[in-house]
Amino acid sequence: MTAERQDSDSHTSQRREMTGAEMVVQALIDQGVTDIFGYPGGAVLPIYDELFQQDRINHILVRHEQGAGHAAEGYARSTGKVGVMLVTSGPGATNAVTPLQDALMDSIPLVCISGQVPTSLIGSDAFQECDTVGITRPCTKHNWLVKDVNDLARVLHEAFHVAKTGRPGPVLVDVPKDVQFATGMYTPPETAPRTSYNPKVQGDIEAIKQAVALLASAKRPIIYSGGGVVNSGNEASKLLRELVELTNFPITSTLMGLGAYPASGKNWLGMLGMHGTYEANMSMHDCDVMLNVGARFDDRITGRISAFSPNSKKIHIDIDPSSINKSVRVDIPIIGDVANVLEDMVRLLRASSIQPDKKAIGEWWSQIDKWRARKSLSYTRNKDVIMPQYALERLYALTKDHDTYITTEVGQHQMWAAQFYGFEKPNRWMTSGGLGTMGYGLPAALGVQIAHPNSLVIDIAGDASVQMTMQEMSAAVQYEAPIKIFILNNQYMGMVRQWQQLLHGNRLSHSYTEALPDFVKLAEAYGGHGIRCEKPGDLDDAIQEMIDVKKPVLFDCRVANLANCFPMIPSGKAHNEMLLPDEATDEAVANAIDAKGRQLV
Amino acid sequence: MNAQNLASGSAYFIAKETELPVTTVLSVLVDNEPGVLARVIGLFSGRGYNIESLTVSETEHEQHLSRITIVTRGTPHVLDQIRHQLERIVPVHRVVDLSVRADELGHDKPIQRELALVKVAGLGEHRNEALRLADAFHAKVTDATTEHFIFEITGKGSKIDQFIAIMKPLGLVEICRTGVAAMNRGPLGM
Repeated sequence: MTAERQDSDSHTSQRREMTGAEMVVQALIDQGVTDIFGYPGGAVLPIYDELFQQDRINHILVRHEQGAGHAAEGYARSTGKVGVMLVTSGPGATNAVTPLQDALMDSIPLVCISGQVPTSLIGSDAFQECDTVGITRPCTKHNWLVKDVNDLARVLHEAFHVAKTGRPGPVLVDVPKDVQFATGMYTPPETAPRTSYNPKVQGDIEAIKQAVALLASAKRPIIYSGGGVVNSGNEASKLLRELVELTNFPITSTLMGLGAYPASGKNWLGMLGMHGTYEANMSMHDCDVMLNVGARFDDRITGRISAFSPNSKKIHIDIDPSSINKSVRVDIPIIGDVANVLEDMVRLLRASSIQPDKKAIGEWWSQIDKWRARKSLSYTRNKDVIMPQYALERLYALTKDHDTYITTEVGQHQMWAAQFYGFEKPNRWMTSGGLGTMGYGLPAALGVQIAHPNSLVIDIAGDASVQMTMQEMSAAVQYEAPIKIFILNNQYMGMVRQWQQLLHGNRLSHSYTEALPDFVKLAEAYGGHGIRCEKPGDLDDAIQEMIDVKKPVLFDCRVANLANCFPMIPSGKAHNEMLLPDEATDEAVANAIDAKGRQLV
Repeated sequence: MNAQNLASGSAYFIAKETELPVTTVLSVLVDNEPGVLARVIGLFSGRGYNIESLTVSETEHEQHLSRITIVTRGTPHVLDQIRHQLERIVPVHRVVDLSVRADELGHDKPIQRELALVKVAGLGEHRNEALRLADAFHAKVTDATTEHFIFEITGKGSKIDQFIAIMKPLGLVEICRTGVAAMNRGPLGM
């Protein structure tokens, strides 16, 4: 083994002396990194000097460190690899906080390397100094301040290991400038991780046996899958599909899990939760056995906990033991990686003498079909004004046969995208779920496009969100990344307005943007391509133009200003108390949430 | 809409906490590295958990291991979450709920001890009384002048509480307590 290991290392790198800055680049190469996103500054100049003198690592210069982080997240989410960002000390590090927290909440593997003032100046309020490890401690899975150059290589390798194993997440390595200049011993990646960190991937076989028995006895089962399936890798998605095929159980998914099971699959109920479909939420409420695969019972999913799926036995597969029984108590917890657990589960289910009750499942499906017939995603078409739902239906129809990746910002457009865009594969859908970061989608699209230069990458955006990180258009133009920013422009922060209508007596406090830029001219100013579309009849041609243009595009899609996003579980309500589009009169909207619900949101 | 809530049989959407909070002692074995204590206490403040007492010191020098002892209070559900959240911290090796472990071992409670330094100043009868009581509590005199004593006392927290209460009218000047050190009875390790 030892000989083998040395062999495999020999064509990456050897133990040898080098400077800290060289070590950073060498460690990236040894970790298989090909692209990083960053922004230079005083405290990282030695590392940038090393980047200048090599051609193995491709550096993407963003326009703001937040953009670097979201781009690295998009890169990671669409490839399954670790995303890497490089920032300077002080403001560079503080600007990285939002994407770090975003990656923490959505379990995205991200390594942030930050420069720091020289060790002798730490604590002296030096220029561009901040307590980076202190500030980022709660928004990373782990972080390190490296004070000795001889620790640097080990820490960098450990950082990658922690970021990508177990429940993936962001990590940060803070490297003072004198450590970058200092010379020390570089060590290649080790195979032995530190002893205190050892995530469990194999599920307890007894628990899996119990779960299989429970599944086989189910009469009204449901599978509720989440981002953990995507994180676990393609094998997990394959096994999930196999499980559904084997059992004929209905399946729904969280926002983060879209694509793990194909939207065209016959057992697909659509997304669940606050803006999920009627059939998904009703099935969750009325089921007798729930199988949660890599999801975490988020509050946007459960609605009122005390009324959440009150009559079901619950099985929960999660790699993070702290997710078990955090908000919803479950009957059979299984701690492990989704792919490992599903593999055992499918195998045991095939071998099991008890098979799912076909008749009962058939009756369950006819009940689900009745809910489906409610057509909870319906909306009223309009021949003069583009309805946002219609825009997404057309976008989907015209792009689904391409090799397409979708990112989003946060708000109504994000929910409509989740409802109306069908995902057939995992890693095709990049969105900010847990943190809900407006401004995520545009830089994320840049990151995705860098990873997949020949694919069609579309950011489904809102007019408010997209302005938060608009500056990255400039980076997209520089790197000839032909990202398509499809803006559903209603001049409102639509979701904010929707909540004001629901909760605050229709007083639309600061949710209307009186002045918006001319997005077409803005695109041109950046060196991209601008398109405006105002009529439903022009939409298909305009979308086709967007697809055909080999440049970054800002597509200003003027949609119905006051459309709202339904169906919806108002906060504080249960899954079977949804507000459906045909019931959502102004009065129903105004009275949907009572005083107690208003405190929740 | 409220009618709907009543019809479904649940009055409120924030479930009433039916479990009662209990006090427990957690032993946390961590790598002795910079920032590890900040991670642990940051987790408690960030997630809204209580710390009633905290002690930390290196216990195994060669392996660079420190042992953190935390007295905390919460419902069994919250205590379970605290344990799992602590286990997520990368330099944390092990977390043991000593009270739960004591139950498993068939003991009543883990052994809990605290040390306090108690400074008492005064003259005359108060001074004599303080010394007599300190003797009754098996407190040692670690420093003295004709005007003061510093007593060193170890024991359960309740014993120290009592000692301090008694010293108050006798010229109590200053108190320093270490916080709780704890382990379970019997031959088995943590």
